[in-house]
Amino acid sequence: MLEIKNLHARIAEDGTEIIRGLNLTVKAGEVAAIMGPNGSGKSTLSYILSGREDYEVTEGDILYNGESILELDPAERAAKGIFLAFQYPVEIPGVATMQFLKVAMNEQRKARGEAELTTPDFMRRVKEASAELKIAPEMLRRPLNVGFSGGEKKRAEILQMSLLEPKLCVLDETDSGLDIDALKIVADGVNALRSPDRAVIVITHYQRLLDYIVPDTVHVLYKGQVIKSGDKTLAHELEANGYADIIGAAA
Amino acid sequence: MNMQTGKTLSAAEAALCEAYDHAVGELPGDAAVLAARDTLISDFKQAGLPTRRVEAWHYTDLKAMLRALPAFDPAASAAKASPLVEGSTVLSVVNGVADARGAAKAVTVRRFAEALADGTAAEGLTARDADDTIGRINGAFVRDGFVIDVPAGTELAAPLEIQAVQNAGQTHTRFPVTFGAGAKATVVERHLAAGQNPAFVTTLSDISLADGADITWIILQAQGAADTHLGEIRITLGTDAKLRLYVVNAGGKVVRQEIHVVVAGEGSDLKLRGINLLGGETHNDVTFTVGHDVPNTTSTEVIRNVVFDRARGVFQGQIRVAPDAQKTDAKMSCNTLLLSDEADFSAKPELEIFADDVQCGHGATVIDIDHTQLFYLMARGIPENKARAMLVNAFVAEIVEELEDEPLVEALEGVIAAWLEKHA
Repeated sequence: MLEIKNLHARIAEDGTEIIRGLNLTVKAGEVAAIMGPNGSGKSTLSYILSGREDYEVTEGDILYNGESILELDPAERAAKGIFLAFQYPVEIPGVATMQFLKVAMNEQRKARGEAELTTPDFMRRVKEASAELKIAPEMLRRPLNVGFSGGEKKRAEILQMSLLEPKLCVLDETDSGLDIDALKIVADGVNALRSPDRAVIVITHYQRLLDYIVPDTVHVLYKGQVIKSGDKTLAHELEANGYADIIGAAA
Repeated sequence: MNMQTGKTLSAAEAALCEAYDHAVGELPGDAAVLAARDTLISDFKQAGLPTRRVEAWHYTDLKAMLRALPAFDPAASAAKASPLVEGSTVLSVVNGVADARGAAKAVTVRRFAEALADGTAAEGLTARDADDTIGRINGAFVRDGFVIDVPAGTELAAPLEIQAVQNAGQTHTRFPVTFGAGAKATVVERHLAAGQNPAFVTTLSDISLADGADITWIILQAQGAADTHLGEIRITLGTDAKLRLYVVNAGGKVVRQEIHVVVAGEGSDLKLRGINLLGGETHNDVTFTVGHDVPNTTSTEVIRNVVFDRARGVFQGQIRVAPDAQKTDAKMSCNTLLLSDEADFSAKPELEIFADDVQCGHGATVIDIDHTQLFYLMARGIPENKARAMLVNAFVAEIVEELEDEPLVEALEGVIAAWLEKHA
């Protein structure tokens, strides 16, 4: 589903290279965890996948279902099924959460040539999905992410993900700032989306989230490259021994 | 009247003076009204249209902008529009002719033409000061409008819409409105264009709020792209009176809206919210003065501007606090979203404070679309142009939502969305 080949990317503004020859393949149905110390390029990778223009790809390619997505803007990528759950969801005063959800769902449907949702259909979907994630209706009446607690913001991200039904989900440190109850709710939400035709990339610092979202593969990112890949036991190894050994072995 | 002035008049100035000479025989009014008109036109002739050398008009050189007066088009017809908020009581002025039928029973309404004819309007036909070009032109030429009295204790369930529809030519209307003690009402003063040909409109609302009145007044200016709109509102606030004044500009070529507030009663509160949606070649000037003349009053002014294309915007805001007006709390802010390299906005805040125990402040910002917010919306599949429109809308919707009156909020958001649809 996703094939990243020898990717090099830098910050557009100052030219700092962050991703330096990254290779990664994620198959449909797979849950891949990306771990790594601070500053290894994890969040940058998530932004590059979703098309943020602050980064420039200088070499290599990103193939999604066999096609390069480098020329697509974030909205086009989203319509093709790529979803980024933000580490820091953005507050937008003046944009109502419900209106945002409706516009996003319908714009994606339009881009795929599908009919727009009727209001009752939309309401029903939101009601069902938000109940699953224990999101109170009052929260959805507020402006987008405004005044949401850290946990509410993360749940709102997963709500968007379940409503938009993407094919490739990228979760950028979705566990940060979550207490254990919220973590379980979020993990249940992600697990509910696991399916043979959908891939999930879980970016995290800690093993903790991976106890709830059990990965098929684990990749260690360091200085903009994948320096080691393995199965879920690699995550346990990292939890026990830290990154030093692996980094040392790769160097 | 004598046309000798010693200085050269611009084409528009000459046209106004000539128009007066032609019209003076048929302008409504008794002797006192005619005398007031004569004074105003003679002062106008002396001063001419203001240029940038007049400080109050520094950013709006009306003399240069107003090249000629639009011709009267006898074939130009106009019709009433449906009200902004469904269920409103509508008082309309169509091509300058007022129709006082349809007023709510609780309210006394008569045509301003009658007040001119019987001379009761004469007292109000004055200029505020030497810079009051709008007051002068309007007072000299005004033919109609409404005199409205909302009696003490009256609470209007539905909004009252004063709807002025104009198609080409010129029109000068006036709306003196008194709100009795404890009156509660929402008034929509709405200016609409019915055609494409240029129109020249002056309008002056003169409103007073008696003690404890609680009023929401919305000025919605949606003139045509070729129109000149000169609006003025004079406001007096009594003790514990509350006024929420929303000024929404969403049209016109040359627009100046003056707002002059006298805070005369202790405990009163003014909330001015301005939304200026500017595109094309529009020049839009909102000039505001407030005088806090008594102690313990509050005012907040929040102006949000969205500027596209080659549009230019101006906000002049002056807060005066009299020596006795201790404990005044006045805060003014002007935020502008500049959406084109050729767009322009000038903000001129002025504080004149003569009391020592007050809280007064002002701030002005100019910003661009927030790129992180834009990315977030696009990352959810919302195409760039739509995402931008949502963010621009959000920038102004924030202050509309403060109204907390759902039908009114929805109606204004509809106006904003429709404008953005056309311009963004």
